[in-house]
Amino acid sequence: MAIAREAGPVGSIHEVREAGLDREDLLGVYRAMLVTRGVEERGHILYRQGKIPGSFYTGRGNEGASVGVATAMGPDDVGTPLHRDMGVHIVRGVEPWRIFAQYMGRQDGPTHGRDGNVHMADSQLGLIAMVSHLPAMLPVATGCALAFRIREEARVAVGWFGEGASARGDTHESMTLAGTRTLPVVYICDNNQWAYSTPTHLEFATEHVADRAQAYGFEGVVVDGTDVLAVYREAKRAIEKARAGGGPTLIECLTLRMEGHAVHDDAFYVPKPMFEQWAESDPIERFRTWLRDNAGLTDEEENEIAAGVKKLLNDSLQRAEESPQPDPADLTKGVFASPEDLDTPHHK
Amino acid sequence: MPELTYLQAISDGLRTEMRRDKRVFLIGEDVGVYGGAFKVSLGFQEEFGPWRVIDAPLAETAIVGGCTGAAIMGLRPVAEMQFADFISCGWDQLVTVAAKQRWRAGTPVPMVVRLPSGGGFSGGPFHSQNPESSFAHIPGLKCVCPATPEDAKGLLISAIEDPSPVLYFEHKHLYRRIKGEVPEERYTTPLGKARIHREGSDVSVITWGAMVYTADEAAQQLDSDGVSVEILDLRTVMPWDKAAVLESVRKTSKVLVLHEDTRTGGFGGEIAATIAEEAFEDLDAPVKRLAAPDTPVPFSPTLEKAFIPQVDDVVAGLRELAEY
Repeated sequence: MAIAREAGPVGSIHEVREAGLDREDLLGVYRAMLVTRGVEERGHILYRQGKIPGSFYTGRGNEGASVGVATAMGPDDVGTPLHRDMGVHIVRGVEPWRIFAQYMGRQDGPTHGRDGNVHMADSQLGLIAMVSHLPAMLPVATGCALAFRIREEARVAVGWFGEGASARGDTHESMTLAGTRTLPVVYICDNNQWAYSTPTHLEFATEHVADRAQAYGFEGVVVDGTDVLAVYREAKRAIEKARAGGGPTLIECLTLRMEGHAVHDDAFYVPKPMFEQWAESDPIERFRTWLRDNAGLTDEEENEIAAGVKKLLNDSLQRAEESPQPDPADLTKGVFASPEDLDTPHHK
Repeated sequence: MPELTYLQAISDGLRTEMRRDKRVFLIGEDVGVYGGAFKVSLGFQEEFGPWRVIDAPLAETAIVGGCTGAAIMGLRPVAEMQFADFISCGWDQLVTVAAKQRWRAGTPVPMVVRLPSGGGFSGGPFHSQNPESSFAHIPGLKCVCPATPEDAKGLLISAIEDPSPVLYFEHKHLYRRIKGEVPEERYTTPLGKARIHREGSDVSVITWGAMVYTADEAAQQLDSDGVSVEILDLRTVMPWDKAAVLESVRKTSKVLVLHEDTRTGGFGGEIAATIAEEAFEDLDAPVKRLAAPDTPVPFSPTLEKAFIPQVDDVVAGLRELAEY
């Protein structure tokens, strides 16, 4: 039996306005979702062209969840998005050409070729780069929230993890610390139902991951992760609650990973009907329909947005391809930080 | 100048930085009300309050990861592991996240993890280890191993100031046994700069931590044989003062590398290899290593004595070198 609150869909544009988004914002959300998917689709092409070393991961099916949460964050909030959360980077303002450069291991990627795929973040935009060990970024997000609490700042940290990573101790330790100290942190579980090839019932024995929240002393919410507006509404509520001193929330965004774990994986273990069923609630198509029905999205606007995104991606790809390879002479630089590295807004 | 124990000097250094810099906070198990398992932070919570001296749940991953996040947000966290051994539970946060963040993502992580380490009092396999070599091997982490009260204070202040993650190994067997003069004012002792603990001309001992005192006792015994022993206290094993080691080797031409950690893969191997590469022509004897055997740390006093290098072991090693 579910313990977590099961959030319903968002109804009218009136409800959305109350949650803080006007029509212009909604078109921005739609555009961010298109850019998110577009970046990853172009990434696939780059991979097939042999331009991306190593492997390649996408978050297809998770665009609504990632964009929805990021849209709810304030400018001074921080987050630790993962490899299914490209939408967070897009909403926070990471330029797609830098993402393509990152994919290709070029000098202008955020890690300058030192790390690959979505292991990147622009700290100036309040993001912290993920590691492969999941959910190792949850304790880090919790520590950001601890810093905000110590300094009594009205800021919130958002930490992402997957339903697979919910099995690891980092999740438990983070939520224990955050719960006992009422820290301003919101945990987002991207439950895309498959941890590589492992289904949810082999990762957790409760109905929902979010059911666990009660055990840590805070609220758990399950939301349809393909419904960007419902995700936004729940994230906004949780973030503002944390900002006001109300402590953490665990939000579980239910989606399906619409591709393999990575590009090499054809996901043969996922039952075909499951893909077919979830394809019907594609987050982008779903939101497009909602915008047409509820916000009067016209053909003209739609075409204009699509054309803008296409141009952005084309230009970005070209610019990324012009980015040089990193210089091996720099390899050993920056293993240790220098005092000048502390000359950032965070350390003032 | 007041005389402080090694433990009091650590407290003094931490208190000095917490008074000077509001960004510094302490987090760990039982560090608040109880003042820490070894009482390093006794009275700190009264002075600095519960949000700067934080009693954490028994959750090393959350402590180390939490410090990483807080450091990235601009604070200067100091984590206390109750025993250095427990850092195994925070290994991933330290090695996977904190150590690599500057190099791969450009994000500095200025944090300190205090690690009460070392044996000599029947702590057994899980309360006696010296894991500094494991971490010295990880690019991005600094490892500090003070031997004297004066260094304990100065190196801790440097560690807190440092923009990288620093592991501060405080040797439990020195806590109350070793006393020394410690300046009252704030000062820093640079990381990566060795200290000549004892000048000598015939044999060099390269060591750090509690072994400095074992070496010192041995050196006094060799004095009566007319053998002059130089003791170089590395102070920090990452970065380590290669130049000072090579200088001492060139001076004496005979070297004993001594550490309390186990032998294979211990940091002494790195030092010996460097001497072989860079000062081979200056040597009059093969480089000798003296370390604990490759076993877990034993509990019984008899076994522990056989495990930790003793004064007699060092005396024998030095004599062998002197006679070579």
